[in-house]
Amino acid sequence: MGKIEDLQVINGEGYQLSSLEKVVASARANSVWPLPFATSCCGIEYMATMGSNYDLARFGMERMSFSPRQADLLIVAGTISKKLAPVLKQVYEQMAEPKWVLSVGACASSGGIFDTYSVLQGIDRVIPVDVYVPGCPPRPEQIIDGIMKIHEMVKHESLRRRYSDEYKSLLNSYNIENNEE
Amino acid sequence: MKSNLTNEQVAERLQKQFGEHIKSVETPYDFLTIEVDAAKLYDIIFWLKTDSELQISFLTNLGGVHYPDNEGREFAIVYHLQSMVNNFRLRLKAFVSKENTEVDSIVDIYAGANWMERETFDFYGITFNGHPDMRRILNEDSMDYFPMRKEYHLEDATREDKDDRFFGR
Repeated sequence: MGKIEDLQVINGEGYQLSSLEKVVASARANSVWPLPFATSCCGIEYMATMGSNYDLARFGMERMSFSPRQADLLIVAGTISKKLAPVLKQVYEQMAEPKWVLSVGACASSGGIFDTYSVLQGIDRVIPVDVYVPGCPPRPEQIIDGIMKIHEMVKHESLRRRYSDEYKSLLNSYNIENNEE
Repeated sequence: MKSNLTNEQVAERLQKQFGEHIKSVETPYDFLTIEVDAAKLYDIIFWLKTDSELQISFLTNLGGVHYPDNEGREFAIVYHLQSMVNNFRLRLKAFVSKENTEVDSIVDIYAGANWMERETFDFYGITFNGHPDMRRILNEDSMDYFPMRKEYHLEDATREDKDDRFFGR
Protein backbone atom coordinates (compact mmCIF):
# COMPACT_ATOMS: atom_id res chain seq x y z
CA MET A 1 0.00 0.00 0.00
CA GLY A 2 1.06 3.51 -0.63
CA LYS A 3 3.67 2.79 -3.27
CA ILE A 4 2.48 4.13 -6.58
CA GLU A 5 3.98 1.99 -9.30
CA ASP A 6 4.49 2.78 -12.96
CA LEU A 7 4.01 6.44 -12.26
CA GLN A 8 6.55 8.60 -13.97
CA VAL A 9 7.21 11.75 -12.05
CA ILE A 10 9.66 14.57 -12.28
CA ASN A 11 10.79 15.56 -8.85
CA GLY A 12 12.18 18.95 -8.11
CA GLU A 13 12.64 21.09 -5.09
CA GLY A 14 9.18 21.73 -3.69
CA TYR A 15 7.31 20.31 -6.66
CA GLN A 16 6.49 17.04 -8.39
CA LEU A 17 5.32 16.78 -11.98
CA SER A 18 3.34 14.07 -13.66
CA SER A 19 0.30 13.84 -15.85
CA LEU A 20 -3.00 14.08 -14.04
CA GLU A 21 -4.28 11.08 -15.92
CA LYS A 22 -1.55 8.85 -14.50
CA VAL A 23 -2.03 10.14 -10.97
CA VAL A 24 -5.78 9.58 -11.09
CA ALA A 25 -5.36 6.14 -12.65
CA SER A 26 -2.93 5.13 -9.91
CA ALA A 27 -5.24 6.44 -7.25
CA ARG A 28 -8.13 4.50 -8.73
CA ALA A 29 -6.13 1.30 -9.04
CA ASN A 30 -5.08 1.44 -5.41
CA SER A 31 -8.58 1.98 -4.08
CA VAL A 32 -10.83 -0.28 -6.08
CA TRP A 33 -13.93 -0.94 -4.04
CA PRO A 34 -15.27 -4.39 -4.78
CA LEU A 35 -18.90 -5.48 -4.77
CA PRO A 36 -18.91 -9.25 -4.16
CA PHE A 37 -21.76 -10.99 -5.96
CA ALA A 38 -21.03 -14.40 -4.50
CA THR A 39 -23.46 -17.26 -4.93
CA SER A 40 -21.59 -20.51 -4.26
CA CYS A 41 -18.24 -22.23 -3.68
CA CYS A 42 -16.29 -19.56 -5.59
CA GLY A 43 -17.78 -17.16 -3.07
CA ILE A 44 -16.19 -19.19 -0.26
CA GLU A 45 -12.81 -18.93 -1.98
CA TYR A 46 -13.40 -15.23 -2.37
CA MET A 47 -14.14 -14.95 1.36
CA ALA A 48 -10.81 -16.70 2.02
CA THR A 49 -9.20 -14.15 -0.28
CA MET A 50 -10.70 -11.36 1.76
CA GLY A 51 -9.57 -12.93 5.02
CA SER A 52 -6.33 -12.32 6.88
CA ASN A 53 -4.30 -15.09 5.18
CA TYR A 54 -4.57 -13.65 1.70
CA ASP A 55 -5.62 -10.17 2.78
CA LEU A 56 -7.21 -8.29 -0.08
CA ALA A 57 -6.97 -5.19 2.06
CA ARG A 58 -3.33 -4.74 1.03
CA PHE A 59 -4.60 -3.83 -2.44
CA GLY A 60 -6.65 -0.95 -1.10
CA MET A 61 -9.74 -3.14 -1.06
CA GLU A 62 -10.41 -3.09 2.65
CA ARG A 63 -14.00 -2.14 2.28
CA MET A 64 -16.40 -4.52 0.59
CA SER A 65 -19.10 -2.41 -0.89
CA PHE A 66 -22.43 -4.15 -0.65
CA SER A 67 -24.08 -1.23 -2.34
CA PRO A 68 -23.58 -1.03 -6.11
CA ARG A 69 -23.67 2.78 -6.00
CA GLN A 70 -20.37 2.96 -4.12
CA ALA A 71 -18.59 0.09 -5.89
CA ASP A 72 -15.99 0.09 -8.67
CA LEU A 73 -15.46 -3.60 -9.26
CA LEU A 74 -18.22 -6.18 -9.56
CA ILE A 75 -16.84 -9.58 -8.55
CA VAL A 76 -19.18 -12.32 -9.70
CA ALA A 77 -18.22 -15.53 -7.96
CA GLY A 78 -20.45 -18.50 -8.52
CA THR A 79 -23.23 -20.03 -10.58
CA ILE A 80 -25.73 -17.53 -11.91
CA SER A 81 -29.09 -19.03 -12.75
CA LYS A 82 -31.15 -17.59 -15.58
CA LYS A 83 -33.64 -16.35 -13.04
CA LEU A 84 -30.87 -14.39 -11.31
CA ALA A 85 -29.49 -12.90 -14.54
CA PRO A 86 -31.79 -9.82 -14.59
CA VAL A 87 -30.84 -9.13 -10.95
CA LEU A 88 -27.14 -9.26 -11.81
CA LYS A 89 -27.72 -6.96 -14.76
CA GLN A 90 -29.62 -4.50 -12.58
CA VAL A 91 -26.81 -4.49 -10.01
CA TYR A 92 -24.32 -3.79 -12.80
CA GLU A 93 -26.47 -0.97 -14.17
CA GLN A 94 -26.72 0.60 -10.73
CA MET A 95 -22.96 0.87 -10.42
CA ALA A 96 -21.53 4.26 -11.24
CA GLU A 97 -18.82 4.72 -13.86
CA PRO A 98 -16.01 3.89 -13.94
CA LYS A 99 -16.73 0.23 -13.27
CA TRP A 100 -15.08 -3.11 -13.95
CA VAL A 101 -16.24 -6.71 -13.78
CA LEU A 102 -14.29 -9.73 -12.59
CA SER A 103 -15.76 -13.11 -13.38
CA VAL A 104 -14.51 -15.65 -10.84
CA GLY A 105 -14.62 -19.35 -11.64
CA ALA A 106 -15.89 -21.63 -14.37
CA CYS A 107 -19.60 -21.09 -13.60
CA ALA A 108 -19.58 -17.32 -13.80
CA SER A 109 -17.32 -17.43 -16.87
CA SER A 110 -19.06 -20.13 -18.89
CA GLY A 111 -21.73 -21.93 -16.90
CA GLY A 112 -19.10 -24.47 -15.87
CA ILE A 113 -20.36 -27.99 -15.34
CA PHE A 114 -23.92 -26.69 -15.22
CA ASP A 115 -24.77 -26.99 -18.88
CA THR A 116 -28.45 -27.05 -18.09
CA TYR A 117 -31.69 -25.29 -18.87
CA SER A 118 -31.74 -23.23 -15.69
CA VAL A 119 -28.19 -21.87 -15.60
CA LEU A 120 -26.83 -18.84 -17.40
CA GLN A 121 -23.97 -20.01 -19.63
CA GLY A 122 -21.56 -17.29 -18.55
CA ILE A 123 -22.29 -13.84 -17.17
CA ASP A 124 -20.91 -12.27 -20.35
CA ARG A 125 -24.29 -13.05 -21.83
CA VAL A 126 -25.84 -10.27 -19.77
CA ILE A 127 -23.02 -7.93 -18.74
CA PRO A 128 -19.56 -7.11 -20.15
CA VAL A 129 -16.65 -8.77 -18.35
CA ASP A 130 -13.12 -7.38 -18.02
CA VAL A 131 -11.20 -10.31 -16.55
CA TYR A 132 -12.05 -14.01 -16.31
CA VAL A 133 -10.54 -16.17 -13.58
CA PRO A 134 -10.58 -19.88 -14.46
CA GLY A 135 -10.91 -22.62 -11.88
CA CYS A 136 -13.56 -24.68 -10.17
CA PRO A 137 -13.25 -23.01 -7.76
CA PRO A 138 -10.09 -20.93 -8.28
CA ARG A 139 -7.69 -20.69 -5.39
CA PRO A 140 -7.30 -17.31 -3.66
CA GLU A 141 -3.98 -16.83 -5.47
CA GLN A 142 -5.81 -17.02 -8.79
CA ILE A 143 -8.45 -14.55 -7.65
CA ILE A 144 -5.69 -12.17 -6.53
CA ASP A 145 -4.05 -12.62 -9.93
CA GLY A 146 -7.35 -11.64 -11.58
CA ILE A 147 -7.65 -8.62 -9.34
CA MET A 148 -4.09 -7.56 -10.19
CA LYS A 149 -4.96 -7.82 -13.88
CA ILE A 150 -7.91 -5.51 -13.18
CA HIS A 151 -5.46 -3.13 -11.50
CA GLU A 152 -3.31 -3.16 -14.64
CA MET A 153 -6.35 -2.26 -16.72
CA VAL A 154 -7.34 0.51 -14.35
CA LYS A 155 -3.83 1.96 -14.42
CA HIS A 156 -3.47 1.95 -18.17
CA GLU A 157 -6.95 2.79 -19.36
CA SER A 158 -8.06 6.19 -20.42
CA LEU A 159 -9.81 7.97 -17.57
CA ARG A 160 -12.65 8.67 -19.95
CA ARG A 161 -13.05 5.13 -21.16
CA ARG A 162 -16.79 5.50 -20.80
CA TYR A 163 -16.91 8.15 -23.54
CA SER A 164 -15.13 6.02 -26.12
CA ASP A 165 -17.09 4.68 -29.07
CA GLU A 166 -15.82 1.20 -28.36
CA TYR A 167 -17.18 1.26 -24.82
CA LYS A 168 -20.49 2.74 -25.89
CA SER A 169 -20.99 0.14 -28.56
CA LEU A 170 -20.07 -2.59 -26.07
CA LEU A 171 -22.77 -1.39 -23.67
CA ASN A 172 -25.19 -1.03 -26.55
CA SER A 173 -24.59 -4.63 -27.53
CA TYR A 174 -25.78 -5.59 -24.04
CA ASN A 175 -28.75 -3.17 -24.20
CA ILE A 176 -27.35 -1.29 -21.24
CA GLU A 177 -28.00 2.40 -21.17
CA ASN A 178 -24.95 4.56 -20.74
CA ASN A 179 -26.07 7.25 -18.31
CA GLU A 180 -22.77 9.04 -18.24
CA GLU A 181 -23.11 10.97 -21.49
CA MET B 1 -40.70 -48.67 15.48
CA LYS B 2 -43.71 -50.79 14.77
CA SER B 3 -46.65 -49.47 12.85
CA ASN B 4 -50.19 -49.81 14.16
CA LEU B 5 -51.43 -50.56 10.66
CA THR B 6 -50.52 -53.22 8.12
CA ASN B 7 -50.37 -52.69 4.37
CA GLU B 8 -53.21 -55.19 3.88
CA GLN B 9 -55.39 -53.47 6.45
CA VAL B 10 -55.05 -50.05 4.77
CA ALA B 11 -55.45 -51.39 1.22
CA GLU B 12 -58.55 -53.31 2.23
CA ARG B 13 -60.12 -50.35 3.96
CA LEU B 14 -59.45 -48.09 0.96
CA GLN B 15 -60.86 -50.65 -1.46
CA LYS B 16 -63.96 -51.04 0.68
CA GLN B 17 -64.52 -47.28 0.72
CA PHE B 18 -63.66 -46.40 -2.90
CA GLY B 19 -64.17 -49.67 -4.82
CA GLU B 20 -63.27 -49.41 -8.48
CA HIS B 21 -61.51 -46.05 -8.03
CA ILE B 22 -58.59 -47.98 -6.55
CA LYS B 23 -56.74 -49.11 -9.68
CA SER B 24 -53.91 -51.18 -8.29
CA VAL B 25 -52.17 -52.06 -5.04
CA GLU B 26 -48.44 -52.78 -4.85
CA THR B 27 -45.89 -52.99 -2.05
CA PRO B 28 -42.41 -52.33 -3.48
CA TYR B 29 -39.85 -52.48 -0.64
CA ASP B 30 -42.79 -53.06 1.67
CA PHE B 31 -44.07 -49.53 0.94
CA LEU B 32 -47.77 -49.57 0.21
CA THR B 33 -48.29 -47.94 -3.18
CA ILE B 34 -51.82 -47.44 -4.45
CA GLU B 35 -52.82 -46.19 -7.86
CA VAL B 36 -56.09 -44.33 -7.79
CA ASP B 37 -58.43 -42.59 -10.20
CA ALA B 38 -57.13 -39.05 -10.84
CA ALA B 39 -60.68 -37.70 -10.55
CA LYS B 40 -61.02 -39.21 -7.08
CA LEU B 41 -57.64 -38.06 -5.70
CA TYR B 42 -59.10 -35.18 -3.74
CA ASP B 43 -61.80 -37.29 -2.10
CA ILE B 44 -59.39 -40.09 -1.22
CA ILE B 45 -56.80 -37.79 0.34
CA PHE B 46 -59.51 -35.99 2.28
CA TRP B 47 -60.98 -39.25 3.48
CA LEU B 48 -57.57 -40.60 4.53
CA LYS B 49 -57.01 -37.49 6.62
CA THR B 50 -60.40 -37.59 8.33
CA ASP B 51 -60.85 -41.33 8.74
CA SER B 52 -60.71 -42.10 12.46
CA GLU B 53 -59.01 -45.45 12.02
CA LEU B 54 -56.28 -44.60 9.49
CA GLN B 55 -55.59 -40.94 10.44
CA ILE B 56 -53.16 -40.52 7.53
CA SER B 57 -53.03 -36.79 8.02
CA PHE B 58 -49.59 -35.58 6.98
CA LEU B 59 -48.45 -34.79 3.44
CA THR B 60 -44.74 -35.59 3.16
CA ASN B 61 -44.23 -34.92 -0.50
CA LEU B 62 -45.94 -34.41 -3.80
CA GLY B 63 -44.46 -34.51 -7.26
CA GLY B 64 -44.76 -35.52 -10.88
CA VAL B 65 -43.25 -38.13 -13.16
CA HIS B 66 -43.18 -38.19 -16.95
CA TYR B 67 -43.46 -41.53 -18.74
CA PRO B 68 -43.37 -40.52 -22.42
CA ASP B 69 -43.94 -44.07 -23.69
CA ASN B 70 -46.89 -44.74 -21.44
CA GLU B 71 -49.62 -43.91 -23.91
CA GLY B 72 -52.69 -42.26 -22.45
CA ARG B 73 -51.04 -42.21 -19.01
CA GLU B 74 -48.00 -40.06 -19.69
CA PHE B 75 -47.94 -38.19 -16.41
CA ALA B 76 -48.03 -39.52 -12.88
CA ILE B 77 -48.75 -37.41 -9.83
CA VAL B 78 -47.33 -39.01 -6.71
CA TYR B 79 -48.36 -38.21 -3.14
CA HIS B 80 -46.47 -39.42 -0.11
CA LEU B 81 -48.70 -39.43 2.96
CA GLN B 82 -48.02 -40.36 6.52
CA SER B 83 -49.94 -41.14 9.65
CA MET B 84 -48.01 -39.74 12.58
CA VAL B 85 -50.40 -41.42 15.02
CA ASN B 86 -50.12 -44.90 13.50
CA ASN B 87 -46.56 -44.61 12.17
CA PHE B 88 -47.69 -45.59 8.71
CA ARG B 89 -46.59 -44.36 5.30
CA LEU B 90 -48.56 -44.55 2.09
CA ARG B 91 -47.81 -43.64 -1.51
CA LEU B 92 -50.67 -42.60 -3.77
CA LYS B 93 -50.28 -42.42 -7.54
CA ALA B 94 -52.60 -41.11 -10.21
CA PHE B 95 -52.04 -41.01 -13.94
CA VAL B 96 -53.23 -38.43 -16.47
CA SER B 97 -52.76 -38.20 -20.21
CA LYS B 98 -50.68 -35.53 -21.93
CA GLU B 99 -53.82 -34.10 -23.50
CA ASN B 100 -55.45 -33.47 -20.14
CA THR B 101 -52.87 -32.77 -17.45
CA GLU B 102 -55.30 -31.54 -14.84
CA VAL B 103 -56.05 -32.74 -11.35
CA ASP B 104 -57.75 -31.20 -8.35
CA SER B 105 -55.64 -29.17 -6.00
CA ILE B 106 -55.43 -30.38 -2.41
CA VAL B 107 -54.31 -27.04 -1.01
CA ASP B 108 -57.51 -26.72 1.04
CA ILE B 109 -56.74 -30.10 2.67
CA TYR B 110 -52.99 -29.53 3.13
CA ALA B 111 -51.79 -25.94 2.96
CA GLY B 112 -48.27 -27.35 2.53
CA ALA B 113 -49.25 -28.62 -0.90
CA ASN B 114 -49.31 -25.07 -2.24
CA TRP B 115 -45.67 -24.75 -3.27
CA MET B 116 -45.31 -28.44 -4.13
CA GLU B 117 -48.15 -28.17 -6.63
CA ARG B 118 -46.60 -25.04 -8.08
CA GLU B 119 -43.30 -26.90 -8.44
CA THR B 120 -45.03 -29.82 -10.15
CA PHE B 121 -46.69 -27.37 -12.51
CA ASP B 122 -43.39 -25.58 -13.10
CA PHE B 123 -41.52 -28.71 -14.17
CA TYR B 124 -44.20 -30.94 -15.70
CA GLY B 125 -47.03 -28.63 -16.72
CA ILE B 126 -49.54 -30.47 -14.57
CA THR B 127 -52.21 -27.96 -13.57
CA PHE B 128 -53.98 -28.20 -10.25
CA ASN B 129 -57.57 -27.01 -10.39
CA GLY B 130 -58.57 -24.87 -7.45
CA HIS B 131 -55.02 -23.87 -6.57
CA PRO B 132 -55.03 -20.27 -5.29
CA ASP B 133 -51.94 -19.19 -7.27
CA MET B 134 -51.08 -21.56 -10.10
CA ARG B 135 -47.85 -20.16 -11.55
CA ARG B 136 -44.18 -21.09 -11.79
CA ILE B 137 -42.22 -21.17 -8.57
CA LEU B 138 -38.56 -22.02 -9.30
CA ASN B 139 -37.90 -21.30 -12.96
CA GLU B 140 -37.94 -17.86 -14.53
CA ASP B 141 -41.43 -16.65 -15.36
CA SER B 142 -40.53 -16.15 -19.01
CA MET B 143 -39.73 -19.83 -19.53
CA ASP B 144 -42.01 -21.19 -22.24
CA TYR B 145 -41.77 -24.94 -21.66
CA PHE B 146 -41.75 -27.50 -18.86
CA PRO B 147 -38.13 -28.59 -18.47
CA MET B 148 -38.58 -31.97 -16.78
CA ARG B 149 -40.67 -33.31 -19.64
CA LYS B 150 -38.47 -35.81 -21.41
CA GLU B 151 -38.88 -34.35 -24.90
CA TYR B 152 -36.72 -31.38 -23.85
CA HIS B 153 -32.96 -31.50 -23.59
CA LEU B 154 -31.47 -31.10 -20.16
CA GLU B 155 -28.65 -29.00 -21.60
CA ASP B 156 -28.83 -25.32 -22.31
CA ALA B 157 -30.04 -24.90 -25.88
CA THR B 158 -28.02 -21.77 -26.61
CA ARG B 159 -24.50 -23.20 -26.36
CA GLU B 160 -22.64 -23.36 -29.64
CA ASP B 161 -19.13 -24.15 -28.48
CA LYS B 162 -19.70 -27.79 -27.62
CA ASP B 163 -19.24 -30.62 -30.07
CA ASP B 164 -22.32 -32.79 -29.65
CA ARG B 165 -20.32 -35.99 -30.20
CA PHE B 166 -18.36 -35.42 -27.03
CA PHE B 167 -21.30 -34.49 -24.84
CA GLY B 168 -23.76 -37.23 -25.63
CA ARG B 169 -26.12 -35.02 -27.58
